[in-house]
Amino acid sequence: MIALFFRDLKLAVRAGGGAMLGVLFFMTVVAVIPFGVGPDLNLLARIGPAILWIGALLASLLGLDRLFQAEREDGSLDLLLMQETPLLLTVFVKCTAHWSATGLPLVVASPFLGLFMNMNELAIGATMATLLAGTPAITFIGAVGAAVAVALPRGGLLVSILVLPLAVPVLIFGISAVYAAIEDPAPFLPPFMILMAITLFFAVIGPVAAAAALRHSAD
Amino acid sequence: MRLLVEGLSARRGEDLIFNDISFALAPGEALIVTGPNGSGKSTLLRVLAGLLAAESGRLYIDGGPTGFKHPHELSHYLGHRNAMKRELTVEENLSFWQSFLGDSPGGAGISTAAAGEAVGLGGITHLPFGYLSAGQQRRMAMAKLLVAHRPIWILDEPTAALDAGADRLFSELVAAHLERGGIVIAATHQPLGIGQSQALQMKGFVH
Repeated sequence: MIALFFRDLKLAVRAGGGAMLGVLFFMTVVAVIPFGVGPDLNLLARIGPAILWIGALLASLLGLDRLFQAEREDGSLDLLLMQETPLLLTVFVKCTAHWSATGLPLVVASPFLGLFMNMNELAIGATMATLLAGTPAITFIGAVGAAVAVALPRGGLLVSILVLPLAVPVLIFGISAVYAAIEDPAPFLPPFMILMAITLFFAVIGPVAAAAALRHSAD
Repeated sequence: MRLLVEGLSARRGEDLIFNDISFALAPGEALIVTGPNGSGKSTLLRVLAGLLAAESGRLYIDGGPTGFKHPHELSHYLGHRNAMKRELTVEENLSFWQSFLGDSPGGAGISTAAAGEAVGLGGITHLPFGYLSAGQQRRMAMAKLLVAHRPIWILDEPTAALDAGADRLFSELVAAHLERGGIVIAATHQPLGIGQSQALQMKGFVH
């Protein structure tokens, strides 16, 4: 299983792996917002956390469709399905590898992009913390979509559409936790705890559902 | 350990691809599946590998190691696609499968370097898999069968894209596996040149 984790990580950073693609997309989305909104620094600071979260959500959806499709195309999926090790464990490891290669860089890049949006230290810290807690959930939800669309030749957009409604609660609680941290009366912890609960919930449900979908996609 | 198949049939869409196939394979025995294109060879092998559900019938292992529910957990499957990543080197591919697959009870896989030697391509395991020619890729996919021990080999057109020399080399690998008490099920158009084997002729659609 550790071998699978490192193989997926290696594939993601090699040429054509697409680990950096998500970060580049994230940077593009956030970098053009100030040009569109205009030089109103207060407005930028106010919408900053929301823009970062939306950018991160869209960037995490970007490479998800290849999660199982690449395995299917070269026949590796057959061998992954045949093993004695439970399939949901295989799916879970693939998700963590995918998140480490694509989700973690987004979290790391978010403070720099926060500066673009004129956010203060507290807002940047809160955004980073919520992204760290929330983006794994997007990967686990996305794994289900990727498994459902594994046999489709152009499943990319379909995966995003399938996944987006389920990812909306992550977005809502992620952003409300950030605003709770920077605006005084609202407490930070309740929405943050709910965000973590969502991640843990999908860490369990996601691999189970994805494994079931993969079993039935066999042809 | 014996592999037993009783009354197996499989359906694709509306059509019954094959019906009521039964056979038994003891250690050291091979089953060669032949038949025209579209006669259900690959479907049969995918059912045996647990990748497709059988319509009826059952397959099981008699007297095998405990703790294995289905024969596919004790099987290697070499399909039409090689299951190797183009971006990784051959060495990385093989060592990944070696540690991911692990050895079945009753045997041990050989090292990745030795497996490269065994398929006659010892010197080029440092190259990315995508750089190799189609025949070399196929040979390296066979090396995958050697790095982790599995008593049952399920091979779908194993010698496609191979030259005559590699054909012979592969026959030797299969013969050596049978000698060690392995079981081989292969779908092929060319004779594999294996001594003791059963034959199964697939006829095609049963409407």
